[in-house]
Amino acid sequence: MALSAEESGRLAALLSGQAERVTHRWTETVAGSLRGRLSQAELRRQVQDLHQAIVDTGQQGAIDLSADTAAELRATLSELSRGRARQGFSATETAISIFALKDVLVELVQEAGGDNALRDYVAFSGLVDEMGLFTFESFVRTRESLIADQAEQLLELSTPVVKLWEGVVAVPLVGTLDSARAQVVMERLLQTLVDTSSPYAIIDITGVPAVDTQVAQHILKTVVAARLMGADCIISGIRPQIAQTIVALGIEFGDIATKASLADALRHVLRLTGVESTRRQPRRDA
Amino acid sequence: MTAGVDLGPQAQAIRSDEDVVRVRQLVRGVAVAVKLSLVDQTKVVTAASELARNTLVYGGGGSVEVTTVDNGRRRGVRIVFADSGPGIPDLDLAFTDGYTTGSGMGLGLSGARRLVDEFEIETSAETGTRITVTKWSR
Repeated sequence: MALSAEESGRLAALLSGQAERVTHRWTETVAGSLRGRLSQAELRRQVQDLHQAIVDTGQQGAIDLSADTAAELRATLSELSRGRARQGFSATETAISIFALKDVLVELVQEAGGDNALRDYVAFSGLVDEMGLFTFESFVRTRESLIADQAEQLLELSTPVVKLWEGVVAVPLVGTLDSARAQVVMERLLQTLVDTSSPYAIIDITGVPAVDTQVAQHILKTVVAARLMGADCIISGIRPQIAQTIVALGIEFGDIATKASLADALRHVLRLTGVESTRRQPRRDA
Repeated sequence: MTAGVDLGPQAQAIRSDEDVVRVRQLVRGVAVAVKLSLVDQTKVVTAASELARNTLVYGGGGSVEVTTVDNGRRRGVRIVFADSGPGIPDLDLAFTDGYTTGSGMGLGLSGARRLVDEFEIETSAETGTRITVTKWSR
């Protein structure tokens, strides 16, 4: 709901008439709700920017938040909510920065009086609501992009390939193995096999909460790819509930060696390579 | 949310791979709430994962509703998967181990049926596919 040119003009006049007082009251109201988590100076600057943007837009003619003339105002609002979202403020705390303008407006309109006072206030209030919603939208967008970034970082973080022994590398899988992660895991594993010229790889699925056919298929493909490169793969970390589920699903791992724990898998590989893995006798004190 | 005895029905749309993960978490939460054993939890979560992915891949997306059920003696989890996709033309063939029209292993639908206690399927080209599964606590 856009303001008419006339209303916009009155709003601009009202706000610019007592600019200092308006920004001061506005800052005060917002500061109360943020409880000192943002410096007074920064808040004041933000409020002044917003104030300026509204006045500028109002002086140009009708304020319509979706029109080209309001581009500056939209940019100011998005910048404010982006900042709030990144600093960890809640959606309410962000929206209040805008809604606080209503408190100021009601005072100004009351003082100005006139026949149109009520109608003007309702119209102004509608604009403030619209700006609040816009802020909320950009707040959510910022948060969503933050989450997407974190998901990407998680993808990077959670797939290390570690060297367990001379010629033995292991991939401890943790969390959900979707197609994207499976691809990353496979690439890392194959690259590490080349780099370390290891003949054995252990894929540990202790940290995978559910092994469905898609996860199994990804693991099997990785094993086949590793085999093509001449490496033998062992799957470890198959817990009892996972084993029963795999059987019920009807997944067959064929001739791929599987072990209950990573330690079993390592022992299995060491035996294959002929490394002695006897447990040392405890030393007896004389 | 209170750790209530009677969890109301919980719905989740299936539009992307992330939603499949959300369905798994939702089902796991309910399965824990009705005190399914760890093995049964894993089974029902895996079945839900298979069926949710089928809804997404073959049904073109849809929705899931998870409810707790109680037959007086035992409690359980009931999950309804619904899509408005093309339906399954030949159910017998679809339930054959290893048969797939996609790129999977062809075990999801048949495997999911083996993982749960009750399995109902209604499918038609007009109304899409609706699968209801139930897992009871022991």
